[in-house]
Amino acid sequence: MIALTGKNQSYVLVLYGLCFPLIHVAHAQFILKMAAVQGGMGDADIKTDIKTEPSADGFGNNNANDGRVLSASPGSSSSTGSNKQTAAVTPEDQQTLLAVLQFLKKNKLSESVEILRREAGLPENSLDPKANESAGAGSGGAAGIVDLEGGDASSLLSRVTGSSSAGAQAPTKGTFICGGKKDQPDVSVVLSAYSQQGDPTLYKVYYRDLKKFIETVLDCHRAELSQVFYPLFVHMYLELVYNNHESEAKAFFEKFSGDQECYYEEDLRILSGLTKKEHMRGNETLLDFRTSKFVLRISRDSYQLLKRHLQERQNNQIWNIIQEHLYIDIFDGMPRSKSQIDAMSGSLAGEAKREANKTKVYYGLLKEPEIELPLDDEDEEAENEEGKPKKKKPKKDSVGSKSKKQDPNAPSQNRIPLPELKDSDKLDKIMYMKEATKRIRLGPDNLPSVCFYTFLNAYQGLTAVDLTDDSSLIAGGFADSTVRVWSVTPKKLRKVKSAADLNLIDKESDDVLERIMDEKTASESKIMYGHSGPVYGISFSPDRNYLLSSSEDGTVRLWSLLTFTCLVAYKGHNYPVWDTQFSPYGYYFVSGGHDRVARLWATDHYQPLRIFSGHLADITCTRFHPNSNYVATGSSDRTIRLWDVLSGNCVRIFTGHKGPIHSLAFSPNGKFLASGATDGRVLLWDIGHGLMVGELKGHTDTIYSLRFSRDGEILASGSMDNTVRLWDAMKAFDDLETDDFTAATGHIHLQDNSQELLLGTYTTKSTPVIHLHFTRRNLLLAAGAFNP
Amino acid sequence: MADREERRFAEVSRESVRLMAEGAGVELGDDVAALLAEDVCYRLREATQSSSQFMRHAKRRKLTVEDFNRALRWSNVEAICGYGAQDALPFRSVKEGELFFVEDRDVNLVELALATNIPKGCAETMVRVNVSYLDGKGNLEPQGTVPTAVQSLSDDLLKYYQQITRAILGEDPHLMKVALLDLQSNSKIAALLPYFVYVISGVKSVSHDLEQLNRLMHMVKSLVQNPYLYLGSYVRSLVSSVMYCILEPLAASINPLNDHWTLRDYAALLLSHIFWTHGDLVSGLYHQILLSLQKVLSDPVRPLCSHYGAVVGLHALGWKAVERVLFPHLPAYWANLQAVLDDYSVSNAQVKADGHKVYGAILVAVERLLKMKALSLSQSAEGQSGAHPGSVVGAVSYRVNSPGLSPPPEPLSEAALGIASHLQVGGAGCHWEEWTPVPLPAMYCELYSFFGDSLAVRFSTGTGFGTHSPCTPSQLGDSRKEPPGPASNLDTTRKMPQLTANLNISPRQDGSPRTDPPPPSLSGPGSLPRASSMQRSRSSSSCSRQRSAGLSREVFPKARFTSPQTTPPAFSFLIGGRQMGQRCQGRRPFQTMFATTPPVSAIPPRTYAHKLPVIGRVGKPVRRWTCSHYSLHLPL
Repeated sequence: MIALTGKNQSYVLVLYGLCFPLIHVAHAQFILKMAAVQGGMGDADIKTDIKTEPSADGFGNNNANDGRVLSASPGSSSSTGSNKQTAAVTPEDQQTLLAVLQFLKKNKLSESVEILRREAGLPENSLDPKANESAGAGSGGAAGIVDLEGGDASSLLSRVTGSSSAGAQAPTKGTFICGGKKDQPDVSVVLSAYSQQGDPTLYKVYYRDLKKFIETVLDCHRAELSQVFYPLFVHMYLELVYNNHESEAKAFFEKFSGDQECYYEEDLRILSGLTKKEHMRGNETLLDFRTSKFVLRISRDSYQLLKRHLQERQNNQIWNIIQEHLYIDIFDGMPRSKSQIDAMSGSLAGEAKREANKTKVYYGLLKEPEIELPLDDEDEEAENEEGKPKKKKPKKDSVGSKSKKQDPNAPSQNRIPLPELKDSDKLDKIMYMKEATKRIRLGPDNLPSVCFYTFLNAYQGLTAVDLTDDSSLIAGGFADSTVRVWSVTPKKLRKVKSAADLNLIDKESDDVLERIMDEKTASESKIMYGHSGPVYGISFSPDRNYLLSSSEDGTVRLWSLLTFTCLVAYKGHNYPVWDTQFSPYGYYFVSGGHDRVARLWATDHYQPLRIFSGHLADITCTRFHPNSNYVATGSSDRTIRLWDVLSGNCVRIFTGHKGPIHSLAFSPNGKFLASGATDGRVLLWDIGHGLMVGELKGHTDTIYSLRFSRDGEILASGSMDNTVRLWDAMKAFDDLETDDFTAATGHIHLQDNSQELLLGTYTTKSTPVIHLHFTRRNLLLAAGAFNP
Repeated sequence: MADREERRFAEVSRESVRLMAEGAGVELGDDVAALLAEDVCYRLREATQSSSQFMRHAKRRKLTVEDFNRALRWSNVEAICGYGAQDALPFRSVKEGELFFVEDRDVNLVELALATNIPKGCAETMVRVNVSYLDGKGNLEPQGTVPTAVQSLSDDLLKYYQQITRAILGEDPHLMKVALLDLQSNSKIAALLPYFVYVISGVKSVSHDLEQLNRLMHMVKSLVQNPYLYLGSYVRSLVSSVMYCILEPLAASINPLNDHWTLRDYAALLLSHIFWTHGDLVSGLYHQILLSLQKVLSDPVRPLCSHYGAVVGLHALGWKAVERVLFPHLPAYWANLQAVLDDYSVSNAQVKADGHKVYGAILVAVERLLKMKALSLSQSAEGQSGAHPGSVVGAVSYRVNSPGLSPPPEPLSEAALGIASHLQVGGAGCHWEEWTPVPLPAMYCELYSFFGDSLAVRFSTGTGFGTHSPCTPSQLGDSRKEPPGPASNLDTTRKMPQLTANLNISPRQDGSPRTDPPPPSLSGPGSLPRASSMQRSRSSSSCSRQRSAGLSREVFPKARFTSPQTTPPAFSFLIGGRQMGQRCQGRRPFQTMFATTPPVSAIPPRTYAHKLPVIGRVGKPVRRWTCSHYSLHLPL
């Protein structure tokens, strides 16, 4: 990237390019790929430039960087401080900077060198690699770069409201993501770790020996120690392949692949296809496996047992692998049972470390702004006066204030700066409250009816659906790159008049909002063109004025629902963007895609505000926490991560799914998260404790949609198997008693009560359910395309 | 996992790689090819894997070419164009080298670009609402489901649908004709196809009403002929409706006054038409249909009209189908049929008449079989020296290898060929797997043993019967060019088997023109079949007079007594055979079906008497070999 853009003179461009390596350091292969993809616009030099890239990147880094760099925000002053705190930890940052400088110099971009150096506060002689060891400067400089290129991106949050008190919140962690201390992103370096030789014929013996040992240990240890099999197996196999022992590798695979847990089958299949050293290079799965340490949780006793055995046997081969590629999280106490282990394992890189889920998460809800609700007898009047909010001031009853005191678990109200409510938003809130009073209380004895929106004649092309919160509009993203919006109320969709016509209307009139609409354009549906690939994610803004869509073409687009045109194309992902969602308070939105990072954007910035990096595979779905302070992402690496919007850090890692996660839903009280995956299971998570609290089995195919009812009593799940299932969420969460021990160790006991929790099943004839929505009165809406 | 080790993935063999390299003009060493093959496999797997991600995110179960292309594009590989269609691509095979390939037809882009007949009426994507609710126990309440899709039609289409169905199923024949014509040419009715198909599938509910059945079949024909309609998977439904009309013992056929024969013939014709024009869609059905036809044929409990349907159905599917199913089955069936035909009791008259129908149909089918077989033999002998005579492969290779030659004269056989190739490629697991083609002479002998001189096809029956085609192409050509030859027929029928009877009763014998049927043109539904059906209804009414009233329509009933209608046979040895009387009309449908130019009325079929050939001995049809031996040389 540097090379490509750098060639094109201006330093702004160069620096723009720079932010990629900084952001992506842990994903060097992506940079390479991107460079290759965009090679088209480069020139003849590209080839050599790309080649130099790995070495330039060889300064290597982990994505601790990302969090830090981004956390530079709300107030730059405070951010510098925080950076200084952490900077000393990573001399790599500085190396990065030096490498960049060197590169710039090589390309004779002296002006840029100057600026960068000035920003980074590096001494003149810093380009001499040995000369400089002033630690803090490096990463301070990194932050500086971001500030420079997207100055308002970093100061944005502070601009939205006043100052942010949380700015001082220093990002403390971020390194755990990769686990490794020196994970080199460069492919050859990564692979060379496998070059240490052992006698290939002995691998089988070693493995069999270990297997025999583990089979003979006491039952209580066996389950725990068996966890070692899979990562060992994979690493041994890869070692064999890497050292060109193809036939031994094959034999090894054949002999022992049958022993692995069935939920690894998918990965094993990929692995089995890999028999040549050359193929290891481009294989992402493999790189993931290598770059991240496989995390195992083992009790101290079991671990000692294993260690002693290996030392007795002088089984150095295996011991080396365990040391180098595995992270064993040792805990004191009873070894876990097989079912406990199975519940938590299955992800690409093992379980989450315990401390990964220890950060405090403010899962409480924000206090609703106090809005004065007109009295019931004023209903009609209020409705007549829609569009003229000011007139309502007289008789009011403050309903908003009656409610909650500050929830101890809630973040401070302005932890994340939120946009101010507009008049129309207040009106909508009032409508919402009114509707809420008419809400039906759901429960096992009072199940919701389902209203199913079937997309006909979609020709297998419907890829995403969203409904507005007030259920008045439905939008579909299609494989033919179109975005279509339908009105599901009798009110038709109208465009705003053209500029010339707008000049003619009386701006002072009371019904100006009505007058600006062009009656001639009224229709039930509108089609919006702009993407150049299937639209995989779609989301309405809470105020219904905007629509977001994310597409295979690598962009997220913002559409106006007043003009039905595209307003912005947010570029940054460069790879398919699988999902996007607006924050519940609008303004912000999150997107995640094939490039394994999720980005937080604000609608008025073309650059992302945060980049959440750490997943080991595609991010398949993204959701905002109801309080807008956190973002949850589900991934093909079979983990769910929760990110702090403020710091950009990952604060929770949930493992336990056995397939890519395709749907997420927060409970309305913000305490729980539900996730659905291709394995057909819904898992429930306690965010505060960072624990799995439930497993709902029943679906037979991928779950594409999850939604809690408005009061959180019922969880609805929609699946590819053409059913909508309703689960008793109240019961699932009520039965919880999280004792301190469980909370501390993360050992969970799940009872298999799916059948009791399943309240009902709706089946469609031949329509996979891809979206669910509860209306404000708790009617369940579902949507999908009829697949004859 | 371990046990699947050997064949975990589809693999590209090194031979394929070498072949491709050769195609590009590169010679590859063995080791290079092996390496390349392995790498190609790996890359393919990789691409497939990443393509599945696109499928998952598109919320589909089916991986499409599009998904695969996306994966390729993202890994900087050129996408593969031209395979975007939704249908399966039928593989064709080349005989030598076991090469299979997808037919890659040239597309005339100019034509495509300038085409004005872009089909309209592709339904708009839309949203429809449906509400369901659970009862207290969590069970889904059944709800009156609306024929929901109807709502999604525009008013115009809905009106059109109502008008058309009303016109077709209504009283006015003129209106019907107009409606059918429109159905045949309207380019905007794609959205209505499912409804029409649904209407047609109503055949089962009107099996008592011949007229309605006929109309529905005409509707099928119109839909099939509409060039703007893509039948897709609906073709299965259509075929099953057609099969119903061919095979089922319709309620309407209880009354002998009803001319269900025409319906069956017409339906069979439709079937062949569907196979001929939509071969790509239905090729998968071919086996299934053959099996069901065979099942009906081998089921003696079925009424004769069903058997008749099976025979005409087989005939419609082409001579290969006849060869494969009817011919091997003939000996067994013959015994039963003979028993029926041999029964002259009054009560049996109707059944016997039916039997004659079947006889006629069989005769037509096997004559065609002989002729086509001889033709294919001679042609393959000419065109392809290496071709195995008579085998399907030979026939296929002929077709594939000589596209420049004029296509085989009969579209019917052409269609059958196309299907046969398919049948051969994908026909594993069928229970006639062990079937081996009977050489033509043997076949002829065998057939002759059944039909004797009624067989219109003649081969030199002497010792000179070689392995190769006994009749030269020119001969065949002659026989084809020959106008429907009562004369030649008379000539050839001189040779009669040993034991025979002269059952020359009716002057209405059909001269069964020995033309090769012209392409199955579905000429106006009203014209020929109509005329013939009138005739037939007359004849069947005459039959019915002889039929005792409450007699159950047993198939192959025990012999009672001779029917007064037929002249007593001259010889008491008479066994059975084709009665050339009114009932010979079993053959007629074929003429009406295939004849475009020579209208049946042009041939004075009733002007010449026909001898009833009688074959073999009573109850010993199995010994046909010996029988045929001497029967061949004994003149009457």
